[in-house]
Amino acid sequence: MQRIGVFVCWCGSNIAGTVDVEAVSEALKSEPGVVFSTNYQYMCSQAGQDIIKNAIAEHKLTGIVVCSCSPRMHEATFRKTAAAAGLNPYMVEIANIREQCSWIHKDMATGTEKAIILGKAAVAKVNLNAPLTPGESPVTKRALVIGGGIAGIQTALDIADAGFPVDIVETKPTIGGKMAQLDKTFPTLDCAACILTPKMVDVAQHENIRIFSYSEVVEVGGFVGNFDVKIKKKARYVKEDVCTGCGICTEKCPMKKAPNEFNMGMDNRPAVYIPFAQAVPKVATIDPNYCNMLKNGKCGLCAKVCTAGAIDYTQKDEIIEEKYGAIVAATGFNPISMDKFDEYAYNQSKDVITSLEFERLTNAAGPTAGKLLRPSDGEHPHTIVFVQCVGSRCAACAEKGKEYCSKICCMYTAKHAMLTRDKYPDTDVYVFYIDVRTPGKSFDEFYRRAVEEYGVHYIKGMVGKVSPEGNKLMVQASDLLANKQLHIEADLVVLAAAIEPDKSARPLATMLTASMDTNDFFTEAHPKLRPVESPTAGVFLSGTCQGPKDIPETVSQASAAAAKVIGLLAKDKLTGNPCVAHSDELMCNGCSSCERVCPYGAITYVDKEFRMPDRTTAIRRVASVNTAVCQGCGACTVACPSGAMDLNGFKNAQIMAEVDAICK
Amino acid sequence: MQKVTSELLVKKASELLENGTVTRVLGWKKGEFSYDLTPAVFESGEELIKDFVFSDFSGANFSKYLIKETKKADGKVLVFLKPCDSYSFNQLLTEHRFDREKVYAIGIPCEGMADVDKIKKNVGDGIIDIISDGDRIVVKTLYDGDKEIAADDVKAERCIVCKSKKCVAYDELLGDNGEVIDSERFDEVEKLEKMTDDERFAFWQNELSRCIRCNACRDVCPACTCEKCVFDNPKSGVENKAISDSFEEKMFHIIRAFHVAGRCTDCGECSRVCPQGIPLHLLNRKFIKDINEFYGEYQAGAEIGSRAPLVNYTLDDIEPVDAVKKGEADNA
Repeated sequence: MQRIGVFVCWCGSNIAGTVDVEAVSEALKSEPGVVFSTNYQYMCSQAGQDIIKNAIAEHKLTGIVVCSCSPRMHEATFRKTAAAAGLNPYMVEIANIREQCSWIHKDMATGTEKAIILGKAAVAKVNLNAPLTPGESPVTKRALVIGGGIAGIQTALDIADAGFPVDIVETKPTIGGKMAQLDKTFPTLDCAACILTPKMVDVAQHENIRIFSYSEVVEVGGFVGNFDVKIKKKARYVKEDVCTGCGICTEKCPMKKAPNEFNMGMDNRPAVYIPFAQAVPKVATIDPNYCNMLKNGKCGLCAKVCTAGAIDYTQKDEIIEEKYGAIVAATGFNPISMDKFDEYAYNQSKDVITSLEFERLTNAAGPTAGKLLRPSDGEHPHTIVFVQCVGSRCAACAEKGKEYCSKICCMYTAKHAMLTRDKYPDTDVYVFYIDVRTPGKSFDEFYRRAVEEYGVHYIKGMVGKVSPEGNKLMVQASDLLANKQLHIEADLVVLAAAIEPDKSARPLATMLTASMDTNDFFTEAHPKLRPVESPTAGVFLSGTCQGPKDIPETVSQASAAAAKVIGLLAKDKLTGNPCVAHSDELMCNGCSSCERVCPYGAITYVDKEFRMPDRTTAIRRVASVNTAVCQGCGACTVACPSGAMDLNGFKNAQIMAEVDAICK
Repeated sequence: MQKVTSELLVKKASELLENGTVTRVLGWKKGEFSYDLTPAVFESGEELIKDFVFSDFSGANFSKYLIKETKKADGKVLVFLKPCDSYSFNQLLTEHRFDREKVYAIGIPCEGMADVDKIKKNVGDGIIDIISDGDRIVVKTLYDGDKEIAADDVKAERCIVCKSKKCVAYDELLGDNGEVIDSERFDEVEKLEKMTDDERFAFWQNELSRCIRCNACRDVCPACTCEKCVFDNPKSGVENKAISDSFEEKMFHIIRAFHVAGRCTDCGECSRVCPQGIPLHLLNRKFIKDINEFYGEYQAGAEIGSRAPLVNYTLDDIEPVDAVKKGEADNA
């Protein structure tokens, strides 16, 4: 029989405000096994922990129940407390009476009743707890960064600088991401390429970094410290190690009708291409959808002109298998599709463009060599209307847009407006906004400058309709402050499209067993205290895959993620989780169900000799769990048709005892 | 009327015993009445000639018997597999339940089995013999002399909606292999699905309340092969009828249907052996139908080693929330 102590925490008024903590500790006193029960204002404080330690010694407790916040918050704290008092840390159970009780109930009676039930369930479980001892597992000292934008680049550089090897996997033929497409960066207006491309070169030249460009992660197995990853290197039909990036093939290629992704499809590129002059790796790639040689075997010109002999039309996709200790997701974002925003005539007029297209139009390496010209007729636009929040903060239009604020649009629109007025003072610039949100160092000053020094017309209100008429765009909008309708005859309309996580993020999250929110942004382990870690151990988050961010924020988060990775890779051994599965060999019938559902490959089968009831022996096939690999997910325990699989710390009997305690 | 005769099978089995290929034969043994066949192990040609029968009443599926029989002694066991038996055979191999090397399997065609209960209902008491004659069945009775009925009228339900005439596992095949049939086996399930919750509950209460907990359904089921059955655990409080209250009506068969979900081949043995005539196979078929609808067509035992949807994960799997929505839509 256990001797159980119950400790009910007030959490200030967080719990005590809606739960009668005195009544809870009193009620749990009479539960089977409970020999001591008390409550205290802050159980996690030093004084609170001392109460626990003293009670363990004084009442010779064999197990404790702490009724407090989520175990995600303080389970580790109270396990340490118990260990310090000489109790096995796995004899501690947490009853979550904050997140699952006091925070969601308003009525004291209801809250108290539920807190007592949750406490009873925890007591019922502790009665069946047994001391557990964790094992250890080694750490593979190599990191994988998925995504080669500024976030991935920064994370990789920081990890590599600390002395650990890093691989970057990028789906595009070059690293650089969205930042490589930008012209200037707010609020300092330094050119994006000038600050990004040196970093790209650093990555290329770093002895600890390997770049897998034009590649994607196709399979992830293993667990923290020991991930097994399969990377598909797509055939680029050019030998990467031979190509010198001279670009002759791209000049000679007769098929020049492929839309140029780097310029947002506003001009064309050849079938064999290098995305942009500063690409890393600077290697050509053949687009199989456009190359005549690959499509129908006619042409082969690039192979003839390539002096290095780098073209290889027979190249096949290649699968690379590698082990990693840590994985960083840095999959970035894309502007949302404008297809559903008919009111802005995006699909009807070439002169309605997105902000990222505007970046390319003003970029010296863009389709117009940096001259701001209308896509339709190449004329200089004299009236430009910027529309903010296109698809952002769009609670009512969930079908079309996003509920959240995309965060970067206010600042880049101010930048676009300011730069336009600076270069072309004869241009009238209007910005329609819901709110202007410019928190951040030197951000508001930047926006004020656009309004006060550059004379940009900021109008609070939304654009209702854009209709192309002749070579003009008739913009119908409302000015909410002046309370009147506006009709503007514009030459160019720029839409600040909301941003969304890259489409590759969801399948990746599934492979990583990392969780996501409803918008497909990766969820962090704790929104405030663990913002760069995913709840899945060994998986970290960098950049906009976690939420909308500008460049300074992305870089800080990228370095933070790198710091976490370095902290992990610096360890030689990781203490495992003793809550692992084991098989009752007398029950196991060797059916293999558990082996099939195990996501970690922790279960194998062995033929073992057993003594049978009639004094004979028999060889039986039974499951065997590799406890160093098992992560305690419990999938096997539900798949096992015989009930032979059980999970230490979460035994079927313990779970049933909890259910019984709740249903009593 | 079966296309292969007892004589042919006896000849085949005797040969294999004689030339040492096998040491035992699993087969159907003559009972007190001609329709009352018992599974048995034969060890000689003489035994076979004396008692082996293959007829319209050879419904018993021998796949499960292989688990124990292959462990008993060295040497191979000969087993005759009707098409539906061969699915159970594969499923048991998928679950590593017996050693394939110790079995010699002969696939035999099946024209469908007769349902004794249907014949009894049709003819009444006092049946002393039943003789198949083409598409007619002659029933000899104690009181009313001979009675003749159409074979189709007394065919077992599982054979009327036969899912496959194709043997999917064998070392040797007698006759031609048939094809998988696009049968109407889910029609009965659909009828149940169309009922209201109350009607359906009443239907199952009525059926399951007759359960006497003889455990025959579990004992015969080729998917029920645990080393220790949870329902035999005296600590469970439900190990027999006497101590449990409404367990059989409310839980037992439903738990068992969950237990075999994804592994049940729909052989229909559970309903055949039920002395109370409970249509237990309908519970399993409902699961099969749901699995097909949620995850795409899947037939347990169609091949060895196939991963049942319930123990497999693909990116295309239905999201749980959509499965719930579908269930709600079906009930609306």
